[in-house]
Amino acid sequence: MPSSATATRPGLADRLRDALPKLVLSPTVAIVAIFVYGFIAFTLYLSFTDSRILPTFGWVGWQNYENLFRIRAWDTAVNNLIVFGVLYIVVCCALGLLLAILLDQRIRAEGFIRTIYLYPMALSFIVTGVAWKWFLDPGIGLEAVVRGWGFESFTFGWIKDSDMAIYTIVIAAVWQTSGFVMAMFLAGLRGIDSEMMKAAQIDGASTFALYRRIVIPQLRPAFMSAFVVLAHMAIKSYDLVIALTGGGPGTATELPATFMYSYTFTRNQMGIGAASAVIMLMTIAAIIVPYLWSELREKK
Amino acid sequence: MTAISENTAAAAEPRRASAFNPARVVLYALLALFCIYYLLPLYVMVVNSLKPLSEITAGGMMALPGDWTIAPWQSAWSSAQVGVEATGLRPYFVNSILMVVPAVALSTILGALNGYVLTKWPFRGASILFGLLLFGCFIPFQMVLIPMARMLGLMGLAGSVPGLIFVHLVYGIGFSTLYFRNYYAAFPTELVRAAQIDGAGFFTIFWRILLPSSGPIAVVCIIWQFTNIWNDFLFGASFSDFDSQPMTVALNNLVQSSTGVKEYNVHFAGAIMAALPTLLVYIVAGRFFVRGLMAGSVKG
Repeated sequence: MPSSATATRPGLADRLRDALPKLVLSPTVAIVAIFVYGFIAFTLYLSFTDSRILPTFGWVGWQNYENLFRIRAWDTAVNNLIVFGVLYIVVCCALGLLLAILLDQRIRAEGFIRTIYLYPMALSFIVTGVAWKWFLDPGIGLEAVVRGWGFESFTFGWIKDSDMAIYTIVIAAVWQTSGFVMAMFLAGLRGIDSEMMKAAQIDGASTFALYRRIVIPQLRPAFMSAFVVLAHMAIKSYDLVIALTGGGPGTATELPATFMYSYTFTRNQMGIGAASAVIMLMTIAAIIVPYLWSELREKK
Repeated sequence: MTAISENTAAAAEPRRASAFNPARVVLYALLALFCIYYLLPLYVMVVNSLKPLSEITAGGMMALPGDWTIAPWQSAWSSAQVGVEATGLRPYFVNSILMVVPAVALSTILGALNGYVLTKWPFRGASILFGLLLFGCFIPFQMVLIPMARMLGLMGLAGSVPGLIFVHLVYGIGFSTLYFRNYYAAFPTELVRAAQIDGAGFFTIFWRILLPSSGPIAVVCIIWQFTNIWNDFLFGASFSDFDSQPMTVALNNLVQSSTGVKEYNVHFAGAIMAALPTLLVYIVAGRFFVRGLMAGSVKG
């Protein structure tokens, strides 16, 4: 333990030396106290005020929240988040698991293939958005190309179709993150006891049964991590929507993050924007806090 | 740590001689197919950035350039219309560099010091503090946009590159502390105590004993911060002016600009420029990138 026992002689130099570690930590403590928790408190407070273009401090109680839930665009954003979030998580996990299992079969050049599967994770969502925006554009992208190959009746105009555009966000987001999920599952697979697998194989279990009964159940921690990471990314999704569809056509691909930004900064409804941010925070907290809690406790 | 180790193959298959095996063929075919899926958008970006616009609009997005040209690159770099001005992306690329380098350096140094204090000079409440710090990594940043905009104004940093550096430093500390804390936790505390008995002070111990063995985690941390800050869009869009915009924001403006003909080839060239720095880092030091990714999600 630190030298608190020896510090019976309270010279200034000694006191300073004892305080040094805390002194070094103090800028961070101050930063976190002000810029994370102070700011959370500030935005929380604003969500109960009549703020419009600038923060004002007239208390209006729950009115912003009541209004928020009456706004059609918020309703759309929440519904979109549910559709996007569920598909994004499920497809990423399924694809990630499949790729991890495929890669775990003593593949030659495994490292190289892994590098290819994972590189989109290094890109900005804006870059991903631009690439997919034009690739999915019916005028010049996939549709035009396939028609050019002679399939005149081929249509793929999801990105311009208000009912389907949200799925293009899923496509691009899955492309970007599924490799990451693959890496998480692969790490999980490598941690599985191979003795158990050998035993099951000797007992004549088929490969399918082996994975279903023995391997996948042991990947639960990896599933948990993947779920938490993906869910929190889904709720925070902003850049990709802006680059890919700009929230359109109309409001077809608005998500809570884009809603918050436009209500706060372009529609001058800061109180409502703050209320929507609070709801986003609560949703993320509901996922992250139990996760962090269990992770930190286990480490002790 | 959950680095993906090679050759721990889970499937306890005995090694067979290289006899023809249809299952293996299907396996490799599947893996190759997924390689194509992940590489396709990159192919589209590269190929179309090197052809004249007319070839793209004529439905040739998937084809190799008939007429190879670097004009789109020149235009994207130095003459394309970004927002109101025809400056190309160069000034914004410079902005991003000016923003990333100090933000990464400062957040890494602070993270290292914090990790050192939290693990080697523990005090009451250290783990609660760490938990609070960690939660700050995951909050939706929508929650801090409004107060941060005001705060930057009060500090005289609104709409400037130093303002962006400050914001990224503030919200980067959580992850950098996480990395160093988990790394130093495994570092033998006895060495620190022994040095203390020999009369080494707080900074001497850090400088002489911990820092020399911190290479790997420093690389992980620098790569993570670099990738995150370079790819950030939300803060860049919220807190920059026309002359301090980072690359991601400028790229989005270039692509969304509604005036004149849409120069897809220029957009693709610009997207590659925005992707290149992080992509290079990934290719050169992918191993560390993956480690950082995993340490941020799976238990460290």
